[in-house]
Amino acid sequence: MEITKWSARELSDKIKAGDISVSEAVEAQLAQIEKKDAAYNCYTRVLPEEARKRAKEVQRRIDSGELENSPLAGVPIAIKDNICTKGILTTCSSRMLKDFKPPYDAAVIERLNAAGAVIIGKLNMDEFAMGSTTETSWFGPTKNPWDITRVPGGSSGGAAAAVAAGEAFLALGSDTGGSIRQPSSFCGVTGIKPTYGTVSRYGLIAYASSLDQIGPIARTAEDCAAALDVISGADKRDSTCISQESYAYSEALTQDIKGMRIGIPSGYLGEGLDREVEQGILKAADVLASLGAVVEEFDLKAVDYAIPAYYVIASAEASSNLSRYDGVKYGWRIPEYEDLQDVYLGTRSKGFGSEVKRRMMIGAFVLSSGYYDAYYNKALKVKALIKQGFDEAFRAYDCILGPAAPTTAMKLGESLSDPLKMYLGDIYTVSVNLAGLPGISVPCGLDSRGLPIGMQLIGRAFGEKDILRAAYAYERTREYMFAPCTE
Amino acid sequence: MISEDTIEYVAALAKLKLEEDQKEKTIEDLNRILTYIDTMNELDTDGIEPMSHAFELKNVFREDVVTNEEDTEALLANAPVKKDGCFVVPKTVET
Repeated sequence: MEITKWSARELSDKIKAGDISVSEAVEAQLAQIEKKDAAYNCYTRVLPEEARKRAKEVQRRIDSGELENSPLAGVPIAIKDNICTKGILTTCSSRMLKDFKPPYDAAVIERLNAAGAVIIGKLNMDEFAMGSTTETSWFGPTKNPWDITRVPGGSSGGAAAAVAAGEAFLALGSDTGGSIRQPSSFCGVTGIKPTYGTVSRYGLIAYASSLDQIGPIARTAEDCAAALDVISGADKRDSTCISQESYAYSEALTQDIKGMRIGIPSGYLGEGLDREVEQGILKAADVLASLGAVVEEFDLKAVDYAIPAYYVIASAEASSNLSRYDGVKYGWRIPEYEDLQDVYLGTRSKGFGSEVKRRMMIGAFVLSSGYYDAYYNKALKVKALIKQGFDEAFRAYDCILGPAAPTTAMKLGESLSDPLKMYLGDIYTVSVNLAGLPGISVPCGLDSRGLPIGMQLIGRAFGEKDILRAAYAYERTREYMFAPCTE
Repeated sequence: MISEDTIEYVAALAKLKLEEDQKEKTIEDLNRILTYIDTMNELDTDGIEPMSHAFELKNVFREDVVTNEEDTEALLANAPVKKDGCFVVPKTVET
């Protein structure tokens, strides 16, 4: 009985049936982390004491029948380290916040606690979620469980790797430009970025506020839906939440996708895309077609300019958001200084890593007098055209299918020296954030080196149910493939 | 394009201090990125309104009242230096 290989839904059902206790599940998870994490470095912090204590409380609530309807009752869950956990270190994998213990819980943490999930630890990430490899972490890189010489992707690399290595049943990540979908693709797991406004950002440490969304990473679409059932919903503390009639995503999981219209942007294939990834995507398209979906290629407008627009907008927002780290109110302060300017300059120059500083400088530049129109305003216009392109596409299609990333996982160290090359890897994901849409990455086979390939399904605004149903129907046609290391 | 003067200005805006030996590499990196960003000029955006949010959002107003005053101590707990319920910074006004 390998408990840590069960899906979150299986585990919760078995706990409710009394086949296994919450404490046993927590102990099994802690043991797997103990065994594996020295090699992969998925966690910035494991919380054995807190989890054991919580397990007993949750068991009582399950026994009393209080959590009968919770899909995650008793399930250990791991949290990306940019999501605030009251009294528990929340570092953003940065020196700047290495000792930061938030005085409050993020909205998603409140919701998980109410649903009886057990927080088991905090996950490594690119510093302040800026990066696509988890190598910019102050705590060192996470390794890909499929091949430890390779990156897990990023910025939610710890989350995707933990789920792949059986070190977590389920994890919460965040996605500003692909940070859930790309690492899910690299690690052979499923991750969804919800529509902007679906999940409260209250307590998510801000990178680019108009693009950031929290979402789940799991081994199945079913687990992702269950997590969304729990974490989504309007919250008056995040005024960008957009209230929906139904947040019952699991209800949409049927295998019936007959007649579903799926479009593949022609520009997503061919040049710039690894041949084996392309073949993986086209094979998945065939599977979806064999299930009754109507799949065809079409021309998606303006997306070629998504990366420049994204890096202008995200960097601009980052430069503003990160101005709060001044060494005064919270966070790290440089130990030696003469005056207040010294505190600011020294703290920020030594407290942030080079990728974060690079983006803050790009942001300051594109917002500066004389460049604002040419860069920032231009990017907002490009964004409008990208949104128009998607709007047009969704008049003809229910889902858009493509890759999540142009390649499978890169070698460690290849991206750090060439930031522009790293940015170009975000080609299939950033447009989705600019248009505010939901996107899910689903594993669809391995390349010849044995590395996972991920397909991305993009939905119309608040069309999570469409992409979850397509992902679920697809995953039902195949066995989940575990990383060799979990054997 | 970013010159040595511009990089000093941009670093000052971002409240960052660049070491001399980082300057050249930083200028080079930023210029490569900006040259790439300039490709968005190929896209004709005449007559397009800049879009700050993908969805139509309306301002949400609330009364401006303090609701977390009792949390002062918890909020101060993360301050690098504090005293008597206040944040402490080096002296900023000459007497």
